Amino acid sequence: MSAVSKDNKIVNEKIVENATCTFCGCCCDDITLTVDMDKKVVTKAKDACVLGKSWFLNHVIEDKPIARIAGKEVPLDDAIDEAAKILIEAKFPILYGMSDTICEAQRQCVPIMDDCLGTIDTTTSVCHGPSGMAFQGVGEPSMTLGEVKNRADFVMYWGGNPAEAHPRHFARYAVTPEGMFTPNGKDDRTVVICDVRHTKTAGVADIFLQVKPGKDFELLWMLRAACKGVEIPENSKEICGVDKETLEDLFEKMKNCNYGVIFFGMGLTMSRGRHFNSGALMALATDLNEFTHFVAKPARGHGNVTGADNVVSWQTGYPFGVNFSRGHPRFNPGEFTTVDTLTRGEADAALIIASDPVANFPKPAIDHITSDKCKLISIDTKNTPTSEAAHVSIQTSTYGINTGGTVYRMDDVPISLRPAFDSPFPSDLEVLTKLREKVNKLAKKLNRPYATKKYI
Amino acid sequence: MTEQLILIPGRSAKQGVGLNKGKLKDEYKKVTTTLEVSFEDAARMGLETGDHVKISNHIGETNVTVKALREGKIPEGYAFIPYGPPSSCLFDGETCATGMPASKGMTIDIEFIKKGEKKKTTLPPRSAAG
Ligand code: SF4
Repeated sequence: MSAVSKDNKIVNEKIVENATCTFCGCCCDDITLTVDMDKKVVTKAKDACVLGKSWFLNHVIEDKPIARIAGKEVPLDDAIDEAAKILIEAKFPILYGMSDTICEAQRQCVPIMDDCLGTIDTTTSVCHGPSGMAFQGVGEPSMTLGEVKNRADFVMYWGGNPAEAHPRHFARYAVTPEGMFTPNGKDDRTVVICDVRHTKTAGVADIFLQVKPGKDFELLWMLRAACKGVEIPENSKEICGVDKETLEDLFEKMKNCNYGVIFFGMGLTMSRGRHFNSGALMALATDLNEFTHFVAKPARGHGNVTGADNVVSWQTGYPFGVNFSRGHPRFNPGEFTTVDTLTRGEADAALIIASDPVANFPKPAIDHITSDKCKLISIDTKNTPTSEAAHVSIQTSTYGINTGGTVYRMDDVPISLRPAFDSPFPSDLEVLTKLREKVNKLAKKLNRPYATKKYI
Repeated sequence: MTEQLILIPGRSAKQGVGLNKGKLKDEYKKVTTTLEVSFEDAARMGLETGDHVKISNHIGETNVTVKALREGKIPEGYAFIPYGPPSSCLFDGETCATGMPASKGMTIDIEFIKKGEKKKTTLPPRSAAG
C-alpha cells in the first residue's frame, strides 16, 4: 500500500493488523503496525505500550556482519561449523537463553545438547525457575488471562511491578477491561498490590500492602493459617509489616470474592526463600478454593520464556536445568542451572541464544564465561555485551518483527506471529536447524549412542 | 563516610526502553547506573540527587548516581537499582541449589565519591511539602 508523506513523497507503506508484541510475556496480539517498506522501519505501533513502542520503533536493520569469529567477519556456514566443533569437543557444553525466540527454534536446541551430552537451560532459571520447582511440589492452580478478564473480581499482584514491566496487563487482562461477569471493569474488581516498594503499580491499588523485605513467606503463611481457621497474630505488623486489621479485611475479601487471582513476580522468586515463597503463594491460592474459585500465575517476563519452558518440558520432561551427560535427561536446579555451572567454572563451552548473561549474571559467572576457559558462542538479534565478548557471534533476525512462528503468552496460550518486514539476517530457526544438523553429523561420526534418536 | 543499605535490583520501564534502544548506548547505561534511595537515607548521608557514590559488597563494586525518592516510595534502609551490568557486579553466584542467585536484598556499602555536576533541587518529603 502506498501513501503520501508530509513532504509529498510517495512512501511504500504497509499496515500489519493484529501484530504481536513479543517484548514482554503479555504478548499483546492486537497491535497495528505501520511499516515504511522502503526504509524497513516500523513508523507506528498503535495500541502498544511505552515498552512495546520502543520494541517496534527502535528496530532497525543494522549494517553489520551476519557472522564473526574472534571479531572477524566470516561466512555463516564457517561460523556454524566452528560452533558445532566447539560444542561437540567440549567436556561440559551448556546452552542457555531461548526466551526471546520462537518455539520452532527452541525445539532445535534440545537435540543439539543431547548430541553434545551437554546441559540445556533457559532464562527461567534466573526468573521464575523457583516457581517451576514449586509447581512440581504443590501444583499450579492455573487459568488463562481470558478467564481473568471475564471472571476475576479479586485481582492481586504480589512482588511484581506490572505498571513498568507488563504495562498493558492491567488494561488488557486484569484490572480495567470489561468482562462477561465484570461488566463495569475496575469498579467490579478489588485490586490488591503487595510489594516492598511503593511502585507505580501501587497507584492502581484499592489495598496496598507494604510487606517487610524478605517477609513474604511469613505473610503468606499467616493467610494460609487463616484459611484453616487460625487467627492472624496481633503482632503481624512487627512480623511482616502489615497490621492485623488490614490482613483480616484482606482475608475476608479473598474468601468472599467470586473469582480470585494472584499474579506474582520476581519479588518472591529472587529473594530469600525463593521456591518456598512461590510454593506458599500457590498453596494459598489452592487453600482458598475451600471458599471460592482462586487461581495464581507467575507474571512471566520475556516474550517467549513460557514457550521455552513448554518446549523443553515437552522434549525432556523438565522445564529448565536439564543435563544429558548420561545420555538421558536429568533435572537438577543448582547443579545444571547456568549460574551454577558457570560460577563453579564447569562449563567449557557456552551457546547463548537470544540472551545476555554477560550483562545480567552474577559477577563470578561473568568472570568465567568471558575467560579463556569457556568458549562463548552467541546467537542474538542485537549487539549486547555477550555478543561482543563471544568467540563465535551470529546475528539473526528479530522474531515478531522479521520472522513469524509461535510464542506462548504467560498463561501458556500459543500465539502465531505476524512479521512486519524481511531482514537480511537469517532467522534463529534457520541458524539452529543448520547447527543441529552439523552437530548431529559430528556426533554420529563419534558414535555417540543417542545421535540417531528421533526428535519430533 | 561509608553507610550500609539493602539493595533491591528490579525492572523499570525506562530500563526496558533503554534496552530496546541498545544495551551499548548511553541511555541504557544511564538508567542502569541510577541508584534510588529514600529521601530520609539521602538526607542522613548528606546525599542529593545527582551525586556520585560507590556501592560495593564482598563480590564487587560499581559507581552509580543517586536519586532521592519522595517519602514512602521506598522504605528507609533500602535502595533500588534497575537491572543491568552495575547491579550484576554485586550478585553472588551462590544459588542455594535453585539456580537463582539471590538477586534481591543484598547488603551493600555506600560511599560518597563526588557531587553531581548539575545539582537538581532535592525533593522535600511529601509531608513537609504539605
Ligand atoms: S504490555 Fe508487553 S506485550 Fe503488550 S505492548 Fe507492552 S511490552 Fe508489548
